[in-house]
Amino acid sequence: MSGASDVIIVGGGLMGSSAALFLRGHGLSVTLLETDLIGRQASGTNFGNVRRQGRAIHQLPLANRAIAIWRKSRELLGADVEYLQSGHIRVCYRERPELVGAMEDYADKARLEGLDLELLSGNALRDKFPFFGPDVLAGSYSPTDGHANPRLAAPAFARAAQKLGAVIHENTKIIDAQKVGEDFVVTAADGRTFRAPILLVTAGAWGNTLSSQFGEPVPIVPRGPNMSVTEPVPYAIPPAVGVMTPLEEETVYFRQVARGNIVLGGSTRGPSYPEDYRAYVLPQNTLSQLKQIRRLAPQLGRLNIIRVWSGIEGYMPDSQPVMGPSATTSGLHYAFGFSGSGFQIGPGVGETMAEIIAKGGTDIPMEPYNIARFAGA
Amino acid sequence: MAEPRIIIVGAGPAGTRAAEACVAAGLRPTVIDEGRRDGGQIYRRQPDHFTRPYGKLYGTEAGRAQAVHGAFDAIKGRIDYRPETLVWNIADRHVWTANGAAQEALPFDALLLCTGATDRLMPVKGWHFAGAYSLGGSQVALKSQAVSIGHRVIFMGSGPLLYLVASQYVEAGAQVAAVLDTSPFSARVKAMPDLMAVPSVLWNGVKLTRALKRAGVLVHHGVTPLEIIGDADTGVSGIRYRDGGGKERQIACDAVAMGYHLRPETQLADLARCAFAFDVGTRQWLPERDGDGRASVAGVYLAGDGAKILGARSAEASGKLAALAALTDLGLPVDKGAMASLRGAVATYAKFARGLAKAFPWPVDQAAALPDDAILCRCEGVTAGDLRSVMRETGAKEANRAKAFSRVGMGRCQGRYCGLAAAELIAAEAGIPVEQVGRLRGQAPVKPLTIAIGDEE
Repeated sequence: MSGASDVIIVGGGLMGSSAALFLRGHGLSVTLLETDLIGRQASGTNFGNVRRQGRAIHQLPLANRAIAIWRKSRELLGADVEYLQSGHIRVCYRERPELVGAMEDYADKARLEGLDLELLSGNALRDKFPFFGPDVLAGSYSPTDGHANPRLAAPAFARAAQKLGAVIHENTKIIDAQKVGEDFVVTAADGRTFRAPILLVTAGAWGNTLSSQFGEPVPIVPRGPNMSVTEPVPYAIPPAVGVMTPLEEETVYFRQVARGNIVLGGSTRGPSYPEDYRAYVLPQNTLSQLKQIRRLAPQLGRLNIIRVWSGIEGYMPDSQPVMGPSATTSGLHYAFGFSGSGFQIGPGVGETMAEIIAKGGTDIPMEPYNIARFAGA
Repeated sequence: MAEPRIIIVGAGPAGTRAAEACVAAGLRPTVIDEGRRDGGQIYRRQPDHFTRPYGKLYGTEAGRAQAVHGAFDAIKGRIDYRPETLVWNIADRHVWTANGAAQEALPFDALLLCTGATDRLMPVKGWHFAGAYSLGGSQVALKSQAVSIGHRVIFMGSGPLLYLVASQYVEAGAQVAAVLDTSPFSARVKAMPDLMAVPSVLWNGVKLTRALKRAGVLVHHGVTPLEIIGDADTGVSGIRYRDGGGKERQIACDAVAMGYHLRPETQLADLARCAFAFDVGTRQWLPERDGDGRASVAGVYLAGDGAKILGARSAEASGKLAALAALTDLGLPVDKGAMASLRGAVATYAKFARGLAKAFPWPVDQAAALPDDAILCRCEGVTAGDLRSVMRETGAKEANRAKAFSRVGMGRCQGRYCGLAAAELIAAEAGIPVEQVGRLRGQAPVKPLTIAIGDEE
């Protein structure tokens, strides 16, 4: 037996790291186990959008909880994760005018959840955001959204948790988890075992490996984000920018970091290989992304990209995560499968899971994320 | 059977001899090169209408340069030659090329990577000022544009290129204020048995040193660079260093050319997913290959200084050898005797290269001793102190992890200039062997790629 604690967390991404931090806040002892290093896959390689708008309306309470944590992240973590509340604008193209109605409809519903959005078109849009190309018809602007640095965020949460007493084991690949009596016994590839009455699985694309051991397989698909970054140029674009469209190919986004580089994302997702712990950017996906970026903001065509990357994300068929208690095993909880949009809500997920584990419940609506929705599938 | 598609990346000595071997076998290989003309870096050809003779341009290497250029000229009509073209990624047995905004994906049956080398650089305080160049950069200025990098130039670092470029500058009439060599003269004596493997190259080195002395150039051995003096507006104004006897000295100059031998350009091998291994002698991670140049990935071959620094003469032999290995694997008839003698030649050059590594050691202690206020990563403006404090705060001691947290190696050059020194600094700071620090993963694009790529308008 290598260690016993109140809670074992398997998976050291943003969800697991922030849950560890908040569980310590409730006074529970925590052991966090990570196959590789903290925050290296989906949590570290995503676009870095800290955006509420565009999320399913039922996710907004969770997103609101998260935004409060992002705003105080510097004090909470004692580290700068480059969070900028510099706005988020989501636009649609002229060939899909019907999406303006969808934007208005979304804004009405979002307002009821406390998210105020401003719809812009014509001169108002172009005066405020002169970089948009002629194809852009209208936009929905969220001044209180923004972005942060994914490379820094999860490790900063983990370090903060560690300072509060959480025990973190990196390079610890878990190969088996079982409930033995009242406790979960979790075994690493090198034979170490860990024991706790509560087990939280925040293992991202690898989540199904553990949920299957408790009779709850889920149809998760590993994919990799398609990311690029430009050389640094003078800071000029505060908001994160994204396209609203039914076509995946057209779904691109970009943001400029304070250092000046512009991070580009989307258009396609690439293959990823959880077994090998590797994901690759396909060259054709880079080209497709850059073409769509030129359409969205033609001036960006004058810049160079200096690097592309990907990582391993877990996608669910309904794009909603698996989150909350197990349907088969008491003491077992899940938070994985965030389907490429977990970064903003991540700290909210950690706080909510800690609340559920420590207090036995939460006011955040959890039904859409119940793992039982895949039972018998 | 359709003609096998052979792609050669690089048109220096290795790429040229590889292409020549393919043409001799009746094939039409594709040769992709970033350069405007063939010759690579060592035998870089001057622009059209420049008329400097070979002796003036290449000095002791004039005959070699002329022979390699002649070989390329002879096959030019029988290859698919694509100059000024970048291979920016490799996937699914295609190389992805960019020439301006034009792009193409070219399929291959055999891929020969003859990607050459760049300077291995050791940061020194002030190396970010205007007027600080790599040795290679100073050589490009001279060979390609017939200009000096300054009015009064100091050559600093180590390795044979230090003396070659300094003497080329002297020969061209530039004022060379000093040659400051970090390696002690005694190291050269100890390396003699290995250097004797190729006496003619050794003799060339002796001639270069003599010519510098004859020209009145100050040559110091065993120096420790302390600082490139200068400021952000006016650039380099001098160098401060400790001489071999421990005395601090200062010399005025308006340009510095630096280099500590070379490092191979291995990013394409990395993108082709070749396996790498740590080479103890050079303290570099190198793509694995068999004696004939086969990489760990079937159909990928490595030759020349892009695989391991063995010099231009070795590159000619290993380029041809890798091509013959590729032809063998494609089921074409190959002269086995020729392959055997090429293997012998490569082995001789390998012994000489070991001697060079001993004679001109990489001064790793300088990385450890880099002051906190010295810029380590020039692209991102990260100081040695920044990296050290990130390591203390986060515990990062793996190359990619340290990069993710500190931005070291995250800029335009992707760590090709600072990566080796950063790894040494991390190793010293963490108290671990440098191989445990690992290596920066190669990421496409190999060089900056325009967002306008593929834009037909």
